[in-house]
Amino acid sequence: MAASPSISIAIVGSGGAGALTTGNSLLEAACAIGWHGLFTRTLGPQIRGGEAAALVRLAVHPVECLPDRFDLLIGIDWLNAHRFGSEIQVTPGTLVISDPQGGDPPPMVTRSGARIVEIPMKQMAKAIRDGRPNMIALGIAGRLLGLGVDQVVAPIAKRLADKGPAAIEASQAGIKVGFGVAAGIDFGMQLAAPSASATRRWLLSGNEATALGAIRGGVRFAAAYPITPATEVLEWLAPSLAKVGGVLLQAEDELAAINMIIGSSFGGTPALTATSGPGLSLMIEALGLATSAEIPIVVVDVMRGGPSTGIPTKSEQADLNIAVYGLHGDAPHLVLAPQSIGDCMFTTQWATYLAETLQSPAIVLSDQFMGQARAAIDRPADVAFIGARSVATDIVGAYERYALAANGISPMAIPGTRGGQYTADGLTHSERGIPTSGAADHRAQLDKRRDKLEHFNFGDHWAMVEGAGDLAVLTWGSVTSSAREAIGRAAADGINARLIAPRLLLPTQPERLQAALDGVKRILVVEQTHGGQFHRYLRAHYDLPAQVRVLNRPGPVPITAGEVYRAITEWR
Amino acid sequence: MSTVDTRIARKPAEYKSDIKPIWCPGCGDYHVLMSFTRAFAQLGLPPEQIVVVSGIGCSSRIPAYTNCYGFHGVHGRSLALAAGLKVTRPDLTVVVASGDGDGYSIGGNHFLHACRRNIDMTYVVMDNHIYGMTKGQPSPTTEPEFDTALSPGGTRVRPFHPLVVALASGANFIARCFSGEPNETAAVLVEAIKHPGFSFVEILSPCVTFRPDEKAWKDLVHPAPVTATTDPGKAARRIMTDDGFNLGILYRGNREPFQPAVGATNIDLSELEKDFEL
Repeated sequence: MAASPSISIAIVGSGGAGALTTGNSLLEAACAIGWHGLFTRTLGPQIRGGEAAALVRLAVHPVECLPDRFDLLIGIDWLNAHRFGSEIQVTPGTLVISDPQGGDPPPMVTRSGARIVEIPMKQMAKAIRDGRPNMIALGIAGRLLGLGVDQVVAPIAKRLADKGPAAIEASQAGIKVGFGVAAGIDFGMQLAAPSASATRRWLLSGNEATALGAIRGGVRFAAAYPITPATEVLEWLAPSLAKVGGVLLQAEDELAAINMIIGSSFGGTPALTATSGPGLSLMIEALGLATSAEIPIVVVDVMRGGPSTGIPTKSEQADLNIAVYGLHGDAPHLVLAPQSIGDCMFTTQWATYLAETLQSPAIVLSDQFMGQARAAIDRPADVAFIGARSVATDIVGAYERYALAANGISPMAIPGTRGGQYTADGLTHSERGIPTSGAADHRAQLDKRRDKLEHFNFGDHWAMVEGAGDLAVLTWGSVTSSAREAIGRAAADGINARLIAPRLLLPTQPERLQAALDGVKRILVVEQTHGGQFHRYLRAHYDLPAQVRVLNRPGPVPITAGEVYRAITEWR
Repeated sequence: MSTVDTRIARKPAEYKSDIKPIWCPGCGDYHVLMSFTRAFAQLGLPPEQIVVVSGIGCSSRIPAYTNCYGFHGVHGRSLALAAGLKVTRPDLTVVVASGDGDGYSIGGNHFLHACRRNIDMTYVVMDNHIYGMTKGQPSPTTEPEFDTALSPGGTRVRPFHPLVVALASGANFIARCFSGEPNETAAVLVEAIKHPGFSFVEILSPCVTFRPDEKAWKDLVHPAPVTATTDPGKAARRIMTDDGFNLGILYRGNREPFQPAVGATNIDLSELEKDFEL
């Protein structure tokens, strides 16, 4: 049996069956002994209750995209599992574990030609005091992957630490039964041994990485209004900010949340809020205020399917337009997008640094896929981007808050500073900050706010540019991971392609993209929107070579490496 | 209020900026500005330690007319902005200025939650029962029969009772003032700023342009016949049954203000990474 570099497992069950706990524990057990892995969850439309599926991809190398097909599918039960038909690809090579009492397997299983092994997990769990079928499923998966019982029990024991030894024993007993029954199953696959990692590794979600990046960048105040799929950013910040002397305030709505962070930042404390599309829509007016009054703030939008309530639990990249163009008036601001779980930390830290330095609002476009996925990653390098606001001190004479500085960045007086009193205003104002409707002041301040962003040197972090070839895959956000894997597969076939993924979406960087495209004759734009928003954005702001193809489709199913690979290799 | 500098005798003029107000001649808000500067002087607060936050409307233009730090933000959100400021800068004295449209209509939800949250700040609403900046549309406190272009024949909708709402929502200090009595108003503002938690001061401030009938308020107002109560039940009855022109401090609560501990700590940020270590 040849060892495989990557194995993918899907575990499905109805609400409360524990599919997500099973998947998370499997990831934790495998990563603890050196493998890399990715966990994503997929739910029905109702967030709480209903069916759930855990999708786990384990590998010898870092992975941040889902596989094209699953090697192992465990149905703790099959109630409403048909809803995952488009997300869990079952093939003749898939091994399906099915509980005969769990209902009929869905068409994605029965039509696939996959091998089905029936194991009465529910019945077996009943024989254990407080036993649960999902622990039998965990034991089966652990055994098939070649893990040891203790390795599988460890993460469960950690999770159940609060519930006492009896709960842990019940789970352990279930895991052991799973190991026993799986001993007789020939999986036909084996994950290659993990290689020793030279760097420390972390297991975290993109939302947690975003929150850590914010604190690293200097954020000490967050305002929170719960929204799927961004809430975890706020829930991690609540206790963590308190540890570093900061504070999180729960707001009554997103209108309050954004105004709270403007207030905090005006007082000198770097501030952030996190939301999703519906919340960002409500925040747009105040983002314009922060632009006009030149108040640094960071707004993280963990994008979900839209418009309106859309698909709260699934990913899409369709908030690009509102982030770039949503503000009324001419309102230059920063828009950034992380590309992976680890990059959520870097990009949010960088966004905080840029917002503080440029006295501008920054929108960080994360998405549900990387926001709520958990992965084992190499610890990202420390970076020196820590909030560096130009502050007015020792003020003598008349203070001009919005003085026309050469680089557009005028020192900001923080309340408490004697002689710096001014009124921050959303009204068009003079250099002193006094409201005016005069043409000269209006023009001068619009120029100032434009120039401070356009003249700033953003350096090499503006994009990820990798590889060579006359074909470039131009993409952004979490889709970058699928594109990178696809380019790797194409390279194995002898087809070279370049990967260009802008991290900085506003202000645009035409010269830098031009340089990155040097020698490129064909561009494949890849994005997860229905309307091709990224392609249109590129057309509006950049010169592209003659041959451009666009691979765009809406959510909720993530764009896979296989799709991108086909688009690359079929373009001859 | 956090800082009182009693060493220096201060004059109201120190708190006034050189910017000429846009208000109509005779507007009640001129007197409110006078009350602000007198109250600040009486408190002896350094101007740079005060922040006046506002939204949109005639009354919300007040921050720039003071010599304090100010924030003239978007319509209706001043209380939220002030909350983010005050929790992170408890050393500052935060006064929020609003009007009946800004504060009770577009900002109504924030009013409820600011009262409930009880952060140490003072909320002043200059109530003229009309949208003045947009030239005379009915606000949540406009009488049902008041005729406007937007509501021919009147709104026929019952007005909102801000003081009752504030009390029910948890405001810790409730007072009503009349702009035409700047000394009395200043004295109430001093008490409001000194009182811990969320203080709500409704100032009846006539709009001489769109509500000339409000010139009669000066004859209708009268001091409250009783002193402030700490009993919310008693306060509710008093506020519910008074004639709307009863002036003075009507309620002084004793709830603890909400103020989480903030300030730099010595924690190494790598401590936070421990959540993620494999």
